[in-house]
Amino acid sequence: MRRAELVTAVLMAAFSIYLMWKSAELEVGWVPDEGPGGGAWPFWLAAVMLACTVWIIINWFRKSTAPAQSTARYMDSYAMNMFLLVGGGLFVMIGLVHFIGMYGAIPIFLVYYLRILGRHSWTLTLSTSIGAPVVVFFFFDIAMRIDLPKGYLEPLFFPLYDIFL
Amino acid sequence: MEILGHLLDGFLVAFEPLNLLLVVIGVAVGLFIGAMPGLGSVNGVAILLPMTFLVPPTSAVIFLAAIYYGAMYGGAISSIMLGIPGASTAVATTFDGRPMALKGLADKALIAAALASFFGGTISILLFTGFAPALAHVALDFGDPEIFALMLLAFATFVGLGGDDIPKTIFSICIGLVFSSVGMDIISGEPRLVFFDIIGFMHGINFLVLAIGIYGIGEMMWTIEVTRGNPKMSEAVVTVERTVSALRELLSTWKTALMGSVLGFFVGILPAAGATPGSLMAYGVAKMTSRKPEEFGKGEVAGVVAPEAANNAASTGAMLPMLTLGIPGSPTTAILLGGMVIWGLTPGPRLFLDETEFVWGLTASLYAANLFAVVINICFIPVFLWMLKMPFTVLAPIIFVLCLVGGYAPTQDMHDIWLMLGFGVGGYLLRKLDYPLAPAVLAIVLGPIAEPALRQSLMISNGDFSIFVTRPISGPITIIAIILIFLPVFQFIRKRSKKNAEAGSI
Repeated sequence: MRRAELVTAVLMAAFSIYLMWKSAELEVGWVPDEGPGGGAWPFWLAAVMLACTVWIIINWFRKSTAPAQSTARYMDSYAMNMFLLVGGGLFVMIGLVHFIGMYGAIPIFLVYYLRILGRHSWTLTLSTSIGAPVVVFFFFDIAMRIDLPKGYLEPLFFPLYDIFL
Repeated sequence: MEILGHLLDGFLVAFEPLNLLLVVIGVAVGLFIGAMPGLGSVNGVAILLPMTFLVPPTSAVIFLAAIYYGAMYGGAISSIMLGIPGASTAVATTFDGRPMALKGLADKALIAAALASFFGGTISILLFTGFAPALAHVALDFGDPEIFALMLLAFATFVGLGGDDIPKTIFSICIGLVFSSVGMDIISGEPRLVFFDIIGFMHGINFLVLAIGIYGIGEMMWTIEVTRGNPKMSEAVVTVERTVSALRELLSTWKTALMGSVLGFFVGILPAAGATPGSLMAYGVAKMTSRKPEEFGKGEVAGVVAPEAANNAASTGAMLPMLTLGIPGSPTTAILLGGMVIWGLTPGPRLFLDETEFVWGLTASLYAANLFAVVINICFIPVFLWMLKMPFTVLAPIIFVLCLVGGYAPTQDMHDIWLMLGFGVGGYLLRKLDYPLAPAVLAIVLGPIAEPALRQSLMISNGDFSIFVTRPISGPITIIAIILIFLPVFQFIRKRSKKNAEAGSI
């Protein structure tokens, strides 16, 4: 935990400097008759962020906060597994949306999560994986007229559009 | 008298069939969300906000307010039965609710929590009805310096009363504000902070992307990690006879309930503070003023009544600055505020003049939500207990799917979905290191209001920052904000000098 605290603070400090540099692309100083330039607000906020990260690093050296004292692992094996399986699952699901659309990705994700991670029965797995996209379709595409991405599966939906829209 | 007339009109809006139905559904959904460990009102409102694009704005806010309300009731259920707070707002309820459940008095604790919530809700709505129009009237004179001073106060409350690590809190506020400034600079019209020239950043970062990322994905991952399998649940015996005797005993705690309600309401009004500090403070005061303080923490019913009355009162209190000043009183109301902007309502004192139907419809629906919440809560206690047994591996993927479609709905851009995942993962990693994330969500909602207010104020004063302290209304607000920011420093110095004194005496 102690090392993670320092690494995060240093990364966040670097991010703050990047934000300051990026904000400085716009006028940071005073523009006559216009007030502060467009970059001033984010620039000074990022400067405060940088100051905070320095403060966090000082606290790290003084060991005055809980994460700076903790000797526990930042990511133990359970957390790491969970992070990779759940985070990875989400990553793959969102990636799949680009190809097979929401209605292809959602059932695959639900089967993965319920059956493989949750070890639930096939009845529960399949009823949820089929039920959820149906509900989503009627709620978003039909009731709210928000066209969710369909990817290469778009042609399959033409008959449904004809019926409901 | 004028208020009563408005309120009566409000009830006509609240009792429209659609709105009434939404109140009932909202309360039930809220109770469920509140009862599930790891999910609170803020998660529910963030994840479900995109679903409300289906109905008119007034109905949408009524629905979300009902969820907010129901979640305050529901939080107590898992605090008592599992010993895990269903939401951060119900942390204080575990202190005595859990010991009561372990003693076999779970039913009594649940009923006490429900009735105290009802009591707190009722008192606070009455206070709300009385205070809101007056405050809105005063706020009509607010100019840019006053608005910015109020923003400062909101952030200062987090620093002073949030109780989290100070540099991390300030960091979180600033990062939220910087994210809110991505996109177009409103005054000069130039594109700003378009990272790596990715076109998706041109339309800015929608607050829902950050809110759903943090509260939908990040919090869920955190909860999955922390709970690790299902915790042990207490048994509850519910019979009419036991309920009646519990009710009789509850009558003696009305003073505690009243104290909790009033305290909760006023803490709730403080910008950004919300229901969590409100309920913790009410617990503290109840213990301090009790005749038997040694019983607290061992299953004292007043220890359940005080925080539950307070957290419901605070949730109503938090609505007050949101509706009258346009400054949210809690993270959940911050998301509601963002929603109002999407629906084309301009938050602020003009709402009370221009959108009377909306304001009073919402107020009246709070009365209705409060009533339905207590009825549904008590009647369906066994159902909620059964639902608590639902494994997280079923709930979690459904919530993730809701986040995916909900995150897509507002902007309909896959760029935002990836950003949401990034915020979720980043939020989870930061949360593990005790970085508070609620300030960032509040900041991204307030950023677009705070920045123009600051720039306009500085234009009026020609770059002189003293404008915030010299004006009659913004002056005191700014000073209170500065005191709040330095509050932890004072506490630190006091603690240190005490320590030195002790060391000296040895």
